[in-house]
Amino acid sequence: MTFTPTELEVEGAAGGEAVREGAAAPPARGRHLVRAFLRDRAAVACSVYILLIVLTALAAPLLVKLSGYGPLEFDQDAVDPNLGGIPLGAAGGMGADHWFGVEPGNGRDIFARIVYGARVSMLIAISATVLTGVLGVVFGLVAGYFGGRVDMVVSRVMEFLMAFPALIFMIAVLSALPAENRQVLLVLVISFFGWPYLARIVRGQTMSLKEREFVEAAKASGATSAQIIFKEILPNLTSTIIVMTTLAVPGYVGTEAGLSFLGVGVVPPTPSWGQMIASSVPWYAVDPAYFLIPGSFLFLLVLSFTVLGDRIRKLLGEGAA
Amino acid sequence: MTDTLLRVRGLTVSFPSANGPGEVVKTLDFDLARGGALGIVGESGSGKSMTSLAIMGLLPKGAERTGSIEFDGAELTALPERAMRSYRGDRIAMIFQDPLSSLNPYYTVGTQIAEAYRSHRSGVTRRQARAVAIEAMERVHIADAARRVDHYPHQFSGGMRQRVMIAMTLSMEPELIIADEPTTALDVTVQAQILDLLAEIRADTGAGLILITHDLAVVSEVADHIVVMRDGDLVEQGTAERIFTDPQAPYTRMLLDAVPRIDDEIGLLRTLTEEAR
Amino acid sequence: MIRFVANRVLGMLVVLFLVCLFTFVIFFVLSPDPAVQICGKNCTPEAIDRIRANLGVDRPFWTQFGTFLAGLFAGRTYGTGANAIECAAPCLGYSFQSSQAVTDMIVQRLPVSATVAVGAAVLWLLAGVAGGLLSAVREGKFADRFIAGLTLTGMSIPNYVLALSLQFVLVVTLGWLPFPQAVPFSEDPLQWFQNFLMPWIVLAIGMAAVYTRLTRANVIETLQENYVRTARAKGLSPGLVWRRHALRPALTPIVTIFGMDFAGLLGGALITETVFGLNGIGKMAADSITKNDQPVIMGVTLLAAFLVVVGNMVVDLLYTAIDPRVRVGSTA
Repeated sequence: MTFTPTELEVEGAAGGEAVREGAAAPPARGRHLVRAFLRDRAAVACSVYILLIVLTALAAPLLVKLSGYGPLEFDQDAVDPNLGGIPLGAAGGMGADHWFGVEPGNGRDIFARIVYGARVSMLIAISATVLTGVLGVVFGLVAGYFGGRVDMVVSRVMEFLMAFPALIFMIAVLSALPAENRQVLLVLVISFFGWPYLARIVRGQTMSLKEREFVEAAKASGATSAQIIFKEILPNLTSTIIVMTTLAVPGYVGTEAGLSFLGVGVVPPTPSWGQMIASSVPWYAVDPAYFLIPGSFLFLLVLSFTVLGDRIRKLLGEGAA
Repeated sequence: MTDTLLRVRGLTVSFPSANGPGEVVKTLDFDLARGGALGIVGESGSGKSMTSLAIMGLLPKGAERTGSIEFDGAELTALPERAMRSYRGDRIAMIFQDPLSSLNPYYTVGTQIAEAYRSHRSGVTRRQARAVAIEAMERVHIADAARRVDHYPHQFSGGMRQRVMIAMTLSMEPELIIADEPTTALDVTVQAQILDLLAEIRADTGAGLILITHDLAVVSEVADHIVVMRDGDLVEQGTAERIFTDPQAPYTRMLLDAVPRIDDEIGLLRTLTEEAR
Repeated sequence: MIRFVANRVLGMLVVLFLVCLFTFVIFFVLSPDPAVQICGKNCTPEAIDRIRANLGVDRPFWTQFGTFLAGLFAGRTYGTGANAIECAAPCLGYSFQSSQAVTDMIVQRLPVSATVAVGAAVLWLLAGVAGGLLSAVREGKFADRFIAGLTLTGMSIPNYVLALSLQFVLVVTLGWLPFPQAVPFSEDPLQWFQNFLMPWIVLAIGMAAVYTRLTRANVIETLQENYVRTARAKGLSPGLVWRRHALRPALTPIVTIFGMDFAGLLGGALITETVFGLNGIGKMAADSITKNDQPVIMGVTLLAAFLVVVGNMVVDLLYTAIDPRVRVGSTA
């Protein structure tokens, strides 16, 4: 739920300046890395799960057609009105009709809501990752490369944002904002508080990279600042950026789910995993499947991204992030 | 009591790997007379530092040590770790290359100097330990030792930190001091001072000295016997005089060719500092 | 030293001022008219105007912000004449829902939140440092890999999923714990403890995972340091080398992070308090969000920011006490 990068910050502070061998490695290393990655069973399993969720999200309308129920369709026949709307049948009404059972009360199909929820969760997490990635890299590069006053301003802003109780502030902002376009707002708010964690490490590495010979050489041959930043320095930051962003995704998945859980994220009836879990709270004792299904999907997704990020970091060398 | 303080025979240090053992020190033999000064010279990767760590029993994890290291008649390679510990710091002391990173930033230099004394002698009070530290600092000519004893490593300059490191070895009156590149991280002027100090300590205490360096000029100042190493092999050894006047191996000659310039510089500096006095 | 402290305090005040401004702007610009909300159904335009005047929201932005800041430090008065309500400093306004002073609401709920935070902190600090040390000592061995697996799981499980699962297993299925029910410590210490046990565990697990990884990394890194080799060369016993030369440098950075995490937790374990029905600040914040009770949301936001900023500063000052390199400027 909280931003996991607390730990990265520290490692970044210590290892951020380290010169990485990965940067100037010959292309053969790339193939070697892929092979090493494929040998790592945990990493492959995580990738497969993530891929599965992405495909599910993409194919949501199709899958729902197969299962026969839409995410917003009520099915009063699947719940028992005499028992306060508890799903009929064992394990939350799971069966051939409703694969993952139905929501207590209104009988909406959980499979359909999981599938559509994956859409929302992935879309928000990935958009937020892209946006924080762009912001973090640009501000980090600019601050690290130009130094001086520019660096001072950017650094101050970063410190300010990182000293902020981000979660509660996100909640405050989102609760004050109107409910339209919630998904876009979520991405903006998450990114607004998320970019400094990447920018700080990019800044540190840029500062040490700009002292290196190849940058000097480019400068001497008359390259402009933009050319140096994007052609000389940025390629050297690739592995750092890959690791940092992979490790950031689970944080954003969790943040979206948490905000939706608290009722300031995705607005019902649009399904999101966090929001599904939130609505399962009153039912947890009588219908555990209702929170266990979205809970497990969410947990596995966060775990997969975390493990994947961890493995990639080990593969690319500890110095990378 | 023999005349030989340290007798090394067939010392081999290897790191077992998938492609068989990688030997970084290969069947090395040498002797150090009581109170003598031995210089081990070689480029980085020649195995000279591994030799010193092998004597201390402080080889990194995974390293294997074979052969014989006899110190004052005792076979060190046969000692269990606990017994070896009573030699370390007490009878054999070591000075490292980078004095800043070799000192713990969290403790005052006084604490760190007295630490060995307190752990090897039982029933030492805080006050006694402090007095020992101050005395050791005075012996390495740190001015105002009684005040400086409470300072932290970062408050000292590079040369002063190396003096602290030397003071650290002195508190126990060791019979053997191993100095691994003690001057490499220092300015040229300070280098000469530290070498002078090492020579002075040796004369005062009668301790044996092993000086490990890549720089023949440095050993020429201090050592009476020289071992030249390359890629873990012993290239040649002999008295300092013989090595300098009549080197046998081409490699030694090559190393010597690099010396005169630096030697002159140090000589010049010495004259200058002496004149300045 | 005095200058350093002065600098830090000044920096803190600037950040706090910005936090206030930021929060105020958001609620001022974005939120719907509070007067309409208070007025309710049978409302006349005159009534709305009167409420606006009472709240002071009819005045320009800077005047309102000034009044708000003044209220924080000196208190303020709502309305005029006989209807005037005196709000003592630090005044955070009144809840739209219950008409209670926000400051009072916070003070009432602080003990619960503090209990939750302290218990969780003790747990995660103990578990994290112990786990990290064990991992570092057994680096690469089974115990290390096992702990690594646990930490990854702990970091990934969303705390409300964990909260619901624990509650389902421990309370509903196994019946080891009673249904959570607010009981003061003085009445029934056992029940009190049982009530807080699950929130503590839920909050501690994620943090413990992070601290385990941090401790492990720090210890392993410190053991590579040259000064550890020096200590061994002095013939110190392994225990002494560990205690004096490895642990202190390795654990010092953890103090820094702990201070901030703890402060963050104090200002709102929203999800955990909500799930377990603990009447703390977090639950109050969560409730006020659903009811759109702005003064309460704003008050909690400011409190959380204040705690984090102060926590940051305390940590900085503490750091000067434990790291000599910061304490005494370099004279080299």
